[in-house]
Amino acid sequence: MLRYIAKRLLNMIPMLILISIISFIIIQLPPGSYLHTMMAELRAAGDQISMDQIEALRIHYSLDQPVHIQYLNWVKGIITEGNFGFSFEWNRPVKHLIWERLALSLVVSVSSLLVSWIVAFPIAILSALKKHTFLDYFLTFVGFLGLSTPNFMLALILMYISSVFFGFSVGGLFSPEYLMAPWSAAKVVDLLKHLWVPMVVIGTSGTAGLIRVLRNNLLDELGKPYVVAARSKGIGIARLTFKYPVRIALIPFISTVGWQLPQMISGEAVTATVLSLPTAAPLLLGALRSQDMYLAGSFLLLLSSLTMIGTLISDILLVLVDPRIRYE
Amino acid sequence: MDPNQAAIHPELTEPEVLKDAEAKVFYATQWQLMWWKFRKHKAAMAALVIVVMMYLGAFFAPMIAPYRADERHRGYVYVPPQKIRFYDEQGFSLRPFVYPLRQEIDMETMQRHFIEDPTTRVPIHFFVRGSSYKLLGLFPADIHLFGAEDGKVFLFGTDDLGRDMFSRILFGGQISMSIGLVGVFLSLFLGLLFGGISGYYGGAVDNVIQRVIEVLRSFPTIPLWMALSAALPPDLSPIGVYMGITIILSLIGWTALGRQVRGKVLAIKNEDFVIAARLSGTSEPRIILSHLIPSFMSHIIASLTLAIPSMILAETSLSFLGIGLRPPVVSWGVMLQKAQNVHALMMAPWLLIPGIFVILYVLAFNFLGDGLRDAADPYGN
Repeated sequence: MLRYIAKRLLNMIPMLILISIISFIIIQLPPGSYLHTMMAELRAAGDQISMDQIEALRIHYSLDQPVHIQYLNWVKGIITEGNFGFSFEWNRPVKHLIWERLALSLVVSVSSLLVSWIVAFPIAILSALKKHTFLDYFLTFVGFLGLSTPNFMLALILMYISSVFFGFSVGGLFSPEYLMAPWSAAKVVDLLKHLWVPMVVIGTSGTAGLIRVLRNNLLDELGKPYVVAARSKGIGIARLTFKYPVRIALIPFISTVGWQLPQMISGEAVTATVLSLPTAAPLLLGALRSQDMYLAGSFLLLLSSLTMIGTLISDILLVLVDPRIRYE
Repeated sequence: MDPNQAAIHPELTEPEVLKDAEAKVFYATQWQLMWWKFRKHKAAMAALVIVVMMYLGAFFAPMIAPYRADERHRGYVYVPPQKIRFYDEQGFSLRPFVYPLRQEIDMETMQRHFIEDPTTRVPIHFFVRGSSYKLLGLFPADIHLFGAEDGKVFLFGTDDLGRDMFSRILFGGQISMSIGLVGVFLSLFLGLLFGGISGYYGGAVDNVIQRVIEVLRSFPTIPLWMALSAALPPDLSPIGVYMGITIILSLIGWTALGRQVRGKVLAIKNEDFVIAARLSGTSEPRIILSHLIPSFMSHIIASLTLAIPSMILAETSLSFLGIGLRPPVVSWGVMLQKAQNVHALMMAPWLLIPGIFVILYVLAFNFLGDGLRDAADPYGN
């Protein structure tokens, strides 16, 4: 077991390097650099900048070095001092901007994942037990509907319904009075009050896929001889189902985390923008629009690393839960 | 039927055997079997009809739409969808009609809104002459499927610039529904190439390609797409942006397909017929092209169909966020951008109608892909 975990951890290193390279390429992608934008802005404001000043800025941001040196500097900064570079737009180091927002992104994504589990579990069991009935088709259709509705569309519809019928606006993660307040029990309660909207919006998109996998697994399991034998001995269908097949069919909850988590973070990105949540995505979007590339690249790097860690955890859990899986 | 077989078994040529429905299965081609199986899937058949209708609508958009996509109707801003009527107090009329609109200002809220004037009818005529266009880009024409000759007709209302939503949805469909197809074909190319190489050659190449796929898949797609599309030069032409977005979508979209192809290649590359081909000296490209690919093509088509929805959802989301397609290009995502805030939504909830078409399209493709996936394996149950 320990060997398996160690091997997986070693495996992650080249992948993390690849991720950091891709993130850095994206930082470099936009034509021109933030320096150009800044100079243009300064000129537009009527400031005179001399060539010396420009040169000083270039050296200050090490834009005068070749690209691979810039990359190595960036990675070195991250590893040795947690320094992700400088946000030109906010005029602050990136590390001061990202952590709280990333944490909130993670809270929203993980709780949405939980919602999709809670919704998918009963639906899949019902569908499997009542297969090929109206209920089964209806539930499958609802699942597909959730899958087919773009996240932002659902968010818009919820916004519309809540302001037309209930007279309050949903959006944000905190009430105004808690926005700048330090963390306290009351602030957490306030967060929970706001969290349900993004949770529902993002959760529904992942439900359909999960229902499908769970239902198929359960159907396979229900057709097995041991189930038939137990039935013939007179064990009630409900008791039997929950005691054995459901337990085995639950495995996909863990094994699908690998692709569910990136999907949730993706969904979170769009939903957060519509509902103006103070999470990573709106800041990322703003950074991309103004070509504040260190901020954008750092977000990308961290979001992907998080998904990779999530996948690793789910793989380890899977080995723990399912003894049939070999350590490979 | 094979003539030699008929000579050995003369009873097989007897007409009553041929008529037998059971026997039909034995000499049907693979594609026939798949079609029969697909036909049984009612939801998939319904989805197929919807998809075909939507594409026809987009194809003949200039003819079906009463107005051009960028045509502004002055004084008709935020018109709600108009009801098509067949009867009123003046009785029944076989020709459908709408009521003309009059703008009024609510003195309390100071908001403008439209009210219908039930004293006159605006009849809707079919095959009327309107603005000219080129059908299929070739034939000049000015016939529109329907229109109101002495008035306006806005089936789905108008937007903030007084443009007809119905016409724009049809024209937007051309862009939105084609971007998925083009993107999927690019993904197909990449997926076949890398998945094929990975599965066929195995070893170190396989390992590297699989790791790359894993890394690409661990990126949350939307943020990565956001980053890539923000990197498109801002002065790119609308066509350039369209191509750029398509390439960006398929750069990540191919990974799922690549895995599928690899799995299939691994499964069949040691089948007897492939080994036989190799032993008889068939070249490797020929083995891949004429033996391997046809034998898993049906599965690939099914997974392609299932890949299209994610493409259109991505395009819509990116355009909605303002980093995908940009006006003057009309796509469903670009149209939905107008519905971005609560105030616009309260004023004009019909701005969400393009979203209904997105949902319908994605839903139809999901069911279609589901049916195709079942049908792709006609020998299974």
